Amino acid sequence: MAPAMFVALVVFLIIGLPVAFSLAALGLVCGMIAIELGIFPAQFMANLPYRVFGILSNELLLSIPFFTLMGAILERSGLAEDLLNGFAKLFGGLPGGLAYAVIVVGAILGAITGTVAASVIAIGVIALPVMLRYGYQPRLATGVVAASGTITQVIPPSLVLIVLADQLGKSVGDMYLGAIGPSIAQILIFLLFIFILSLIKPKLMPPLPKEARTPFGWDLIKTVVLAILPSMALIFVVLGTIFMGLATPTEAGAMGVVGAMLLAALHRRLDWQMMWQGMQSTMNITVMVIFILIGATVFTLVFQGVDGGKWIEDLFLALGADDAVTFLIIVNIIIFVLAFFLDFFEIAFIVIPLLAPLAKDLGIDLIWFGVLICVNMQTSFMHPPFGFALFYLRGIAPPSIKSSDIYLGAIPWLGLQLLLVLILIFYPQIVTGLLDKPLEVDIQAIEIKLDESESGAQSKQTTPTDDPADYFKRK
Amino acid sequence: MNYLLALSRQIDRMSWIAAQLAVLLVLVCAFISVGNALSRYLFDLSSNAWLEMQWYLFAAIVMLGAAHLLCTNGHIRVDLLYLRLHQRQRMMLDLFGLVFFVIPFSIMMVLYAWPWFVEAWLIGETSANAGGLIRWPVKILMPIGFGLLILQAISEIIKRVAALQGKTLLDVHYQRPEQ
Repeated sequence: MAPAMFVALVVFLIIGLPVAFSLAALGLVCGMIAIELGIFPAQFMANLPYRVFGILSNELLLSIPFFTLMGAILERSGLAEDLLNGFAKLFGGLPGGLAYAVIVVGAILGAITGTVAASVIAIGVIALPVMLRYGYQPRLATGVVAASGTITQVIPPSLVLIVLADQLGKSVGDMYLGAIGPSIAQILIFLLFIFILSLIKPKLMPPLPKEARTPFGWDLIKTVVLAILPSMALIFVVLGTIFMGLATPTEAGAMGVVGAMLLAALHRRLDWQMMWQGMQSTMNITVMVIFILIGATVFTLVFQGVDGGKWIEDLFLALGADDAVTFLIIVNIIIFVLAFFLDFFEIAFIVIPLLAPLAKDLGIDLIWFGVLICVNMQTSFMHPPFGFALFYLRGIAPPSIKSSDIYLGAIPWLGLQLLLVLILIFYPQIVTGLLDKPLEVDIQAIEIKLDESESGAQSKQTTPTDDPADYFKRK
Repeated sequence: MNYLLALSRQIDRMSWIAAQLAVLLVLVCAFISVGNALSRYLFDLSSNAWLEMQWYLFAAIVMLGAAHLLCTNGHIRVDLLYLRLHQRQRMMLDLFGLVFFVIPFSIMMVLYAWPWFVEAWLIGETSANAGGLIRWPVKILMPIGFGLLILQAISEIIKRVAALQGKTLLDVHYQRPEQ
């Protein structure tokens, strides 16, 4: 029955029926059949309202509207403009300087907001025309904007990481800590790529002409510092309060909303129309996402009830995935392919609950697993021709840029994102290095640690190192 | 048919009003959450009622907004083939989804959730947390939300049937939401 359910789902999704209702209806029908066949008792389905209610009362999911609204306001607040302006002046004299500026601003915006749309649009609207004016190759310009906007998804406070933490039963704080290493690695890979490209093909990215530069001096420093200050304040309000244990991720998101409103007010861009638009799209996204989750819950409940988990496990075993590395490589290929058709919310809600138990059995640290998948799902924004980041770019790019330029421009960056996936599979320390615990710890221990940040510091001292002698010395 | 189309317009309007309320609640909810965080750290005050209010409103946003999202064709789909279909084919596909997916699922949810609300109402169930809120207002949101969804699905069916018969025009436009 499980394979039939799975195939039916694929068919319904491909012909274009709404995802949420396809999942829910399929779950219901198969649930009824299973009850008739005596696979599970009728009582099994009566759990449904409790499950749905559990979703509606999940405080963590409340962060979805908050981070979305924050992103919508920031996008129109003028923050990205100041940042890009400052960094473009700082790096402008170098070949590829504007590209560096875009990447750095992408990273800063990523550390402030949790949604990709906000970053891509905010950067694209401002940076794209400037890069084109100063002779950047259109493909390079669109590629760097799309990729830099997309890093938002990996850099805390990322909404994707919150959703993944929820689905994997891990704490958001640990997920964020685990994502710091990979975020930095991704930014360095991007910067390095531009650096190497600027050596090989400097004509693709000329430095700003003399008259457009600001000479290095107090004026320049002042511009840059003034541009960064509000961002630093926002990063503190959102990320700082989470890491210091002052606020839950949800509350931090809400404070981000107020922070973004203040910033917009500072730029005299706060008005009711802008707010209402932002709230409206926030409401739509929240409903859409939660309904996918409700549908996926119905589907997964029944799918597990008919032993779908076992079926998936056998499939993986048949593929030879009996060790962690093979399993991770197969999973990442699957997710990379799925990302062509599905968005990250669907992957997180449908695919992750099926894979997480297998990963756990193979002794894979779920934080590592989650961050890895999060990095991989960046690619779902960059796939031509359906990737969201490219779709947004098409919306804001001047008509002179061909769609094919946007698609081709994305490909090298896709490669760089996959490079990071590979690096993380073979060097999990990049993820787990910052976590104050040995690789495998049960969920409760993690949750306790979040509440008392001091005990987290203590457990660091008792973490066994690779070399036992070293361990005893430290004691 | 004209009578049915008038009914459909009334339903659309009702969903729209519910959605406007949901939109407003997004901001209200954010302010409450900020208030909770600030009062806890500045004044060491924490109220379970206000903490629960956050997710009560979250539930309200989702349940009140769902019907209008159906009206604007906003529930996400894999648009690989859908965007290539003609308007008529899209309407047929939508009809299939509405009749066999949306309505049965919503009816099930109402049937499951209604007795659940009635029980909470009759015994005056309150939160297990000290100073927590009374439960029925959030439990009634589920039958309301899925009830609105059933009505909206009926309205969508009326509009599509009328359009297929050539009695009205309907633009089955689909655009993926920004995330």
